[in-house]
Amino acid sequence: MRHTIIAAGLTMIAGVAQAQTPVLTVYTYDSFNTEWGPGPAVEAAFEDICGCDLQFVTAGDGAALLSRLRLEGARSDADIVLGLDTNLTAAAVETGLIAEHGLMAEGLSLPVAWEDMHFLPYDWGYFAFVHRTDLADVPTSFEVLAASDVSIVVQDPRSSTPGLGLLLWVQNAYGDRAAEIWEGLSDNIVTVTPGWSESYDLFLEGEADMVLSYTTSPAYHLIAEEDDGFTAAAFDEGHYMQIEVAGVLANSDQPELARDFLTFMLSGAFQSVIPTTNWMYPAALPASEWPEGFETLIQPETALVYDAEEAAAIRDAALATWQSALSN
Amino acid sequence: MDWAGAALAALVCLALLGPLLAVMLRAEAPGRLGAADWAAIRFTLIQAVLSAAVSVTLAIPVARALARRRFVGRSLFVTLTGAPFILPVIVAVLGLLAIFGRAGWLNAALSGIGLGTLDIYGLSGVVLAHVFLNLPLAVRLILQAWLSLPSERIRLAASLGFSGADMRRHFERPLLREVLPGAALVIFLICTTSFAVALTLGGGPRATTVELAIYQAFRFEFDLGRAALLGLVQVAICLAAGLIALRAARVEPMGAGLDRPPLSWPGDGLRARITDGAAIVGAGAFLLLPLAAVIGEGALAIWSLPESVWWAAGRSILVAVASSALSVALALPIALFAARGRGRGAVELVGFLSIAISPLVVGTGLFIIIYPIADPVALSLPITGLVNALVALPFLLRALVPAARAAETTQGRLADALGMRGVSRLRLAILPRLRRPLGFGGGLAAAFSMGDLGVIALFSAPSQSTLPLEMYRLMGAYRTDDAQGAAVLLLVLSLGLFWIFDRGGRVNAAA
Amino acid sequence: MLRLENTVTRWGDFVLSADLSVARGERVALLGASGSGKSSLLSLIAGFQRPDEGRILIDGRDMTDTTVAGRPLSILFQDGNLFPHLSVFQNVALGVRPDLRLAPSDTQRVESALEKVGLAGMGARAPSELSGGQQSRVALARMLLRDRPLVLLDEPFAALDPGLRSEMLGLMADLCDEAGLTLVMASHDLRDAERLCDRLILLSEGAVVLDMALADALRDPPEILKPWT
Repeated sequence: MRHTIIAAGLTMIAGVAQAQTPVLTVYTYDSFNTEWGPGPAVEAAFEDICGCDLQFVTAGDGAALLSRLRLEGARSDADIVLGLDTNLTAAAVETGLIAEHGLMAEGLSLPVAWEDMHFLPYDWGYFAFVHRTDLADVPTSFEVLAASDVSIVVQDPRSSTPGLGLLLWVQNAYGDRAAEIWEGLSDNIVTVTPGWSESYDLFLEGEADMVLSYTTSPAYHLIAEEDDGFTAAAFDEGHYMQIEVAGVLANSDQPELARDFLTFMLSGAFQSVIPTTNWMYPAALPASEWPEGFETLIQPETALVYDAEEAAAIRDAALATWQSALSN
Repeated sequence: MDWAGAALAALVCLALLGPLLAVMLRAEAPGRLGAADWAAIRFTLIQAVLSAAVSVTLAIPVARALARRRFVGRSLFVTLTGAPFILPVIVAVLGLLAIFGRAGWLNAALSGIGLGTLDIYGLSGVVLAHVFLNLPLAVRLILQAWLSLPSERIRLAASLGFSGADMRRHFERPLLREVLPGAALVIFLICTTSFAVALTLGGGPRATTVELAIYQAFRFEFDLGRAALLGLVQVAICLAAGLIALRAARVEPMGAGLDRPPLSWPGDGLRARITDGAAIVGAGAFLLLPLAAVIGEGALAIWSLPESVWWAAGRSILVAVASSALSVALALPIALFAARGRGRGAVELVGFLSIAISPLVVGTGLFIIIYPIADPVALSLPITGLVNALVALPFLLRALVPAARAAETTQGRLADALGMRGVSRLRLAILPRLRRPLGFGGGLAAAFSMGDLGVIALFSAPSQSTLPLEMYRLMGAYRTDDAQGAAVLLLVLSLGLFWIFDRGGRVNAAA
Repeated sequence: MLRLENTVTRWGDFVLSADLSVARGERVALLGASGSGKSSLLSLIAGFQRPDEGRILIDGRDMTDTTVAGRPLSILFQDGNLFPHLSVFQNVALGVRPDLRLAPSDTQRVESALEKVGLAGMGARAPSELSGGQQSRVALARMLLRDRPLVLLDEPFAALDPGLRSEMLGLMADLCDEAGLTLVMASHDLRDAERLCDRLILLSEGAVVLDMALADALRDPPEILKPWT
């Protein structure tokens, strides 16, 4: 008799637990969920419609995020991983931790086609060298830059996402000539920093003429600081794209809710937050709906990008080229 | 009490080596070192040797000057010039660049008088930054040795009419021979785990350190085997250097007083006065100008910092105080154990290990260990406190062991004769003698943990950010002004905490 | 009372050998040059050092392996007899309770001990506020309270000026008479010994070279004692 009562009690508790608000755990990079990042607005907007509790868990940057998922493995609490870019997605899929999303990617405004079965994009940008508008003789390509004495500060591809982007940019634009370009650039590079933050800070402090960042960076200075003294240099060979994506974890205990989130991610409520919090282009919002100021940004003629498999295949060789070209 | 000390020493070893083991076991394949790794090991050793050599060499005249000069504000000078050692690395780098960078004060001055510009990026920049961070430690260690010379012997030398050369021969050279190897070793070990400094100022992949190679193995290749192997290399470097130093070096106590009544120094003259003045002014400018630059750029921004920064500062203070308490609780039994002459080598080794082992390996290893049991993110603040308590441990031991040994021989003898035992013996007879080193060491632990960005970045939970992490986030969100304000706050809080602990140890101290 | 049975103790090259007995109530002066082994012998008796050979008996009981605190004795050192961070009162009170948890009656006893050594009303002061002679009195007051039958003095008054030293030796003699204490005192001054002791042991290079009644030694000094007279 007593056992029955206990069993009934347990069933009830379990029932209550299930009736409680479901929790959707989103793993993302650190800067996504800060006071001034997209996190708070996204959380509020999704919780309004999902009847759930959205919780962010953060780890460093995109690459740290992937390492974290690998360390946790199949036992991870994550339902969604948000913040990998296309240079990391192949490695992520390879772990077997990511499920196919099974959604139609509708309304995307990316300059390239999107056919990934595992991930959906939420924002994107072009890597570019940002400089102050008073810089004379702004280089128009890597070759011109290498021949000039314009100084740049860049990031290490081993520890930074934009750093890896630059590596693939040069590789994509120049192929076998990449080593030659890097050797030419070596006397322009003031230093290589571990992350974007250090680089950008050195640039603002006047340590270099240009910094590796995004074409959208000047928008921050224009919109948030009302300072139109910054712009990005347009390169003739085109600009490499960073596309930031999200996917559902194969072991998610809320697969339905997770898919709802991906759908929400491509909706206006999410997309309209991105430009002035993450300072990137939204992936599913027509240019006409971008905030005022974004129209002043340079528009590269050519968008360069490797697809996920190519990026993964070429990465190690490109790194070796970079390392030896800059170590001499 | 002895078993407690020995057990704690073993526990600390476990806390340092356990994570390394965890990473190794988790690896899918055994790691292999490539040519790039060997290059990284070579660069790490070269820059660490240079940094250590330059730091101690520059420290010699500064310590000599501070040992024999009395001037107004000397004690403030000693405190402030100690600051770079407890400074968060990123703040230090920003301050250095404000002075020595391409757009820094020095180059502005040089080009103003038509002398061209100076480029610090490269090996020279790495060494410059390491010297900036570690010169205070070197000065403190050598100064301590100077002050441990009995005043009577200096008076004797004066009565015998010693010249400056005689003083160097009979006092300074033997003293340096004893203290330099130990001081150089500690700084060498600190520099072997350099990461952000080496990369930011190193100018490119040439300046790849072992710690960066570990970082790469973790996040670029997810090759845990290689990461663990590189971690082992660090341990091996530490053991090898430690064994050499244990033979050559005298362990110089830290945390004792840095003052003594004025003496008339034999061989003093105008030349000595000028040399000392130059050493003090030079060291002061080198160590204090970058701090002034950091404060100058950010002081005004403090008042407009976002609220989250203040919360983060509050959390950081809590973690720092807890970390300090923990490191004292760990160090005290170990020091008392070592003070009775047992396990000295082992205790020294524990100290070296916690300086030389990669914070990244420890952090990741702890994550692997904790993850199956509990949520590491929920534990991020306690873990930050724990790891920094371990980092501060060697300095705390260095301060405590000699003091505990002295307390044992004087107070301990009397206490034994009076039949004082256990807790009351510790509380009434020994502890009062240890207040100074405890305050000093506790302050170091607090300051270290205040500025730590290594462990917390691995475990960070959005709602539990610490001040350095918050500062880094501000930098990452283009908010440079706020970040500079946060840097000043961080500088003031780190120094302030250290100062309060250090002072606390001196009030009524039975020195 | 005290018996050292063929003890041999080594400190590196220095070897101390002793075989001697001290009767209850006897007051022994250990005389010898610096390095002759006076302090070493005292620290052996006190229990800071364990002999390598032989036994130490106190009141007939083997105390070779007993800790300092376990032996029925008090010792006063050359210096460092007081804790500088504790008050005069607390320093004396350690003689009653080493953990300083004092009952009201204990407080009374401390006060009266202070009175006895002429320090009434000075309990609240710090040792550093007292003169050298007064500091010695504090140590004596504590010794009284500990009430151990055997007292070891390792030249505790050596740093005092002659007048003060003689005064302290007198006070010590009175206290010994009153409580019937057994005393072993290290000294390098025969006149000091004369004030307090009745037996003389001369040490040289770690061995006893003379052991006789002090009065006899003074009346008719043996050749070996000549340098000391």
